[in-house]
Amino acid sequence: MSHDIAPGIVAVTVVTIATLLIGTWGLRFSRTTSDFFVASRTVRPGLNASAIGGEYLSAASFLGVAGLVFTFGADMLWYPIGWTAGYLMLLVFVAAPLRRSGAYTLPDFAEARLGSGVRAVCSVLVVGIGWLYLLPQFQGAGLTLRAAIDAPEWVGPVIVGLVVLANVTSGGMRSITFVQAFQYWLKLTALLVPAAVLLVVWAGDGTPGGGHQGGWSMPLADGGVDGLYTTYSLIIATFLGTMGLPHVVVRFYTNPDGRAARRTTLVVLTLLGIFYLLPPVYGALGRVYGDELLAAGRSDVLVLELPRLMVPGLGGELLTGLVTAGAFAAFLSTSSGLVIAVGGVLTQDITSRPWSGRRLDGITAFRVGAALAVLVPLFVAIALPHVGVARAVGLAFAVAASTFCPLLVLGIWWRGLTDAGAVAGLLAGGLGSGAAVVWVLADGSAGGRAALLLSQPAAWSVPLAFVVMIGVSLLTASRVPAHTRRFMVRLHTPEAVQVDRGPM
Amino acid sequence: MSDHPPPRVRVTGPQRRQAQTPRTRTGDIDEETPLGGVYLGSLLREQLWLALRIVGLLVVAIGSLPLVFHLAPGLTDVRVIGMPLPWLLLGIVVYPVLVLLGWRYVRRAERNERDFADLMRDVER
Repeated sequence: MSHDIAPGIVAVTVVTIATLLIGTWGLRFSRTTSDFFVASRTVRPGLNASAIGGEYLSAASFLGVAGLVFTFGADMLWYPIGWTAGYLMLLVFVAAPLRRSGAYTLPDFAEARLGSGVRAVCSVLVVGIGWLYLLPQFQGAGLTLRAAIDAPEWVGPVIVGLVVLANVTSGGMRSITFVQAFQYWLKLTALLVPAAVLLVVWAGDGTPGGGHQGGWSMPLADGGVDGLYTTYSLIIATFLGTMGLPHVVVRFYTNPDGRAARRTTLVVLTLLGIFYLLPPVYGALGRVYGDELLAAGRSDVLVLELPRLMVPGLGGELLTGLVTAGAFAAFLSTSSGLVIAVGGVLTQDITSRPWSGRRLDGITAFRVGAALAVLVPLFVAIALPHVGVARAVGLAFAVAASTFCPLLVLGIWWRGLTDAGAVAGLLAGGLGSGAAVVWVLADGSAGGRAALLLSQPAAWSVPLAFVVMIGVSLLTASRVPAHTRRFMVRLHTPEAVQVDRGPM
Repeated sequence: MSDHPPPRVRVTGPQRRQAQTPRTRTGDIDEETPLGGVYLGSLLREQLWLALRIVGLLVVAIGSLPLVFHLAPGLTDVRVIGMPLPWLLLGIVVYPVLVLLGWRYVRRAERNERDFADLMRDVER
């Protein structure tokens, strides 16, 4: 590549410095422990929704969707639809009760609802899903820096890992909220402005049509009934997986009450809907102007390369700088949220335990936990650089949908759930979808019906988890926790009603 | 002489303490009486039904699209205001539909909770 690398370097530097500055500025508002972990539960819906949006829109949304639509066509539009509709499912089943439960993480919720036996399984799952989701963030950072400044592919992951560690270990939730909210608006601008310019250029060229092959506009995967299965399995994984993502759940505790949690979710739904109008524009324009990228198998960097391909000279360089900044913000914000969530669980369950008689103090324990949360996926990302970005994110959604979705939905709405039922369901869904993950990461090339079922596991693993969870709970009905009814009161009664909600 | 005074009678007013603290409906919930269970159950059922109705609308409005295009592949060639129908539906129209469903849910759920709070307050008066 012989292009100018200056805009890329400037963009990455500016975003990194802005992130660290806003994080430090937010520190001035962080005075108490409660600020540190939950921003004192006083974040307004508007700010909180921007922060959730900023955290949620990851490398897969910013780069992956455009690349997938560009390569495969309209059936890939189900990814952004599912990632948005996931928030509708979260809104109607989980948002307000989860906030009212008083749980900070998913293991906390499981323990409060069902007792400590379920906690360990949930902690393992949170860490597994978090690592699986961090992996593509780091890989995307490598891709972006290679495209932007010709850096070797390990440079991006290392930079993102270091900035995230610096921010997370010093800042805490209050300052991260400002950083994430800023990054939503940065990402939206970084896609919106270039898209508008590129559409004007396209109109100026006389609105040429691309080589639209027959299957490109078909909104479901190829292969008749098999394609239908693939598409519906993807829909199930994304619609139901969002509520089980560890970094999404942590954010709900920063709302003042259940009603604010609902309103926040509605604003998130709107912000995501606006953002996801944009990536398909890049995918469609790529079909007209970006054939060389498709031929070179570099569709993942379409968003970064398209401005340069369509607008020559300085204008193109400026737009490239802008999209590079947006992409980098995407890795930073999503990784920060995940590291807080995974690091928090590692701290509670591993690093603050006494080891051979010695116990780390609170802050050191959290820093060690956060470092572990970053280092493991960082090494995997450098060792296995060629798992597709959206592919790995899709698998993380499938695992979340097969484990935490049944746990949350049944735990919130069904009084008959028992600890034995929950563990059995989590194991069934987790092992089923986990087998698919191992198979895809290890090989993922074989054909046939079994391969189809393994590459998109959600359509069978989610119902399996629900059936096992309900069935085993019914068989062990004597184990329904004694405080179930009191806990249901806490989850569902509005804050305005004075009732005994049990010990917080 | 033997004017015995009439035997002493204790004169009391009506039982005011009890009148001040009638059994409240929140009390029923706190003490886990069967009636309290009915109150909580009705709120739970109302909210769950609302959630399922919204999900039902989501499945009909958006979840059915792959099946529709599978059964009628000719629809992919239909163009509306210059755009192929699948791109218009999946790229643009779904998002306002999702926001609309969410907005409707929030309004109804808040109304259910207000009704529940009113019910709890009725007896406390």
